[in-house]
Amino acid sequence: MRYAKIRLLIVAGVLALPALQAQPKSAKASAAIDLSGYWVSVVTEDWRWRMITPAKGDYASIPITPGAKKLADTWDPAKDEAAGEQCRSYGAPAIMRVPGRFHITWQDDNTLKVESDYGMQTRLFHFGIWTAPGGAPGWQGDSAARWEIPRNRVGTGSVAREVEAQGGFGSLTVETTHIRPGYLRKNGVPYGSKAKLTEYWDLNRETNGDQWLVITTLVDDPEYLQEQWVTALHFKKEANGAKWDPTPCSSKW
Amino acid sequence: MKVSIAFAMALLIGVPAFAEIDLSGNWSTRQHQDWQDRNPGPEAVDYIGLPINDEARARALSYSASLLSLPERQCLFYPPQYVVIGPQSIKMWAETEPVTGKTIAWKISAAPDRDVITIWMDGRPHPAKNAPHPYAGFTTGVWQGDVLTAYTTHIKAGYIRRNGVPSSDQATVTEHIMRHGDTLTITALIDDPVYLTEPFVLSRSWKLDPKVQIPPTPEPCSPAAEVARLDGTGAVPHILPGANSFVNEVTKIFHIPQETVMGGAETMYPEYRKKLQATYVRPEKCIRYCCGWEGRDAVDTLKDCIGDYRQTPGLSLPSQGLDK
Repeated sequence: MRYAKIRLLIVAGVLALPALQAQPKSAKASAAIDLSGYWVSVVTEDWRWRMITPAKGDYASIPITPGAKKLADTWDPAKDEAAGEQCRSYGAPAIMRVPGRFHITWQDDNTLKVESDYGMQTRLFHFGIWTAPGGAPGWQGDSAARWEIPRNRVGTGSVAREVEAQGGFGSLTVETTHIRPGYLRKNGVPYGSKAKLTEYWDLNRETNGDQWLVITTLVDDPEYLQEQWVTALHFKKEANGAKWDPTPCSSKW
Repeated sequence: MKVSIAFAMALLIGVPAFAEIDLSGNWSTRQHQDWQDRNPGPEAVDYIGLPINDEARARALSYSASLLSLPERQCLFYPPQYVVIGPQSIKMWAETEPVTGKTIAWKISAAPDRDVITIWMDGRPHPAKNAPHPYAGFTTGVWQGDVLTAYTTHIKAGYIRRNGVPSSDQATVTEHIMRHGDTLTITALIDDPVYLTEPFVLSRSWKLDPKVQIPPTPEPCSPAAEVARLDGTGAVPHILPGANSFVNEVTKIFHIPQETVMGGAETMYPEYRKKLQATYVRPEKCIRYCCGWEGRDAVDTLKDCIGDYRQTPGLSLPSQGLDK
């Protein structure tokens, strides 16, 4: 009888544990890494397709379908501009590839805001339980985000303390859907309405104090890609926004 | 009862989990960035986006690819930074201490023409400054959260682009190896006090694929003189200063100004785009390596691309062996 009571108490304690531990912290408060600040894209890869608008028909490196090629072959930047569609190459699957600067801030405790100076776009990463507003898709789509906490940060042991002492580690996973169809590349390589974007944001600190943000990007598009388009980009943290240079979208340049 | 108590204690204490994630496996390349550089090869003179100094530029302009035909150079390996520069899939595995099972090193193998990289995880120091430089360099690693950070020294002199942009034996490489599910990304920061004005940073990704075949060791290489040289025994292929006939090709094909083609750190940053705005005129049509994507149609489209540029009047470009 006595053991039965003890067993009952332990079971009750274990069952109550999640409630005791579940002190809801906001995404901002529980951030695995601090991404806030100004970041500059350092263009050391795909330079010819990012820094300048490539020629019509230049589709190197993108695993496009014949249907995508056919559509891209009809690209007409003047027509896009006249139709007010000059932001087609600044949608979520392409915006981080533009040569520009990005300003990251918290819009509120559970929404991370990423602004670009080139194209003047705003991405909103929603953490936790969030319901998309619906309606017509926008260039930046609907983004759900979550922190990925390294395994060795879990717990209260000496390993966790050591990791914390280094400033914390982890990454950000962002999944974006409901994106307005646009271009993966400035010269009209298309993505369609079913495109899905998955991103992994990692922060690496160097011994000289430099901070590098690395974004691994996966684009799935059953309509226009033969296979998942996999790329990785890097951004260097800047001390301030002195070089922030808002520039509107352009389909010609 | 004992189990229940132990379970409850474990929950209350919060036992730290493993200190690393598993990077082992065959990682299949995705050449969805810089396809031309990594496959058929860069244009003979194209240093765009590289933070090189004048010395590196001068050496690159004197480079002749025929250098690789010399018997003493045929079996030279690529330096370890080519893990991100090159086009290859990679294999990673852990070397463990036989008694404790603790990981003492991570290994990366890639292709027949480069050595296996060993990332020592056991805290050993780097060798003395004047110690020999092996092909793989000497690398130590440490976990930073779920990211394996590796640092390589003692690298042999080599190249950072296949068109002869050099790297020195004083170069060092910091690599951050990040795994997210079945995707692996490596970011490399290459420092070189001899040839770079700031780090050259590259990021590449691979996908886990048990079917992809990757040699666990480099293959034996035997040099052979298969073609008699016309310029006589002992000649070292080179291009004299001011005599490089390829300097205008990128400008002719892609309309990129020649000063941009010569590279430098300035070309890596967004503000450089505005500098180009006044001079760059987009070519009407792509004429070279236009559709070299991977995938089901890769071979046919590659042939098409090669055919395209040869039909262009005014251009006489060397075959790179892709039209066979």
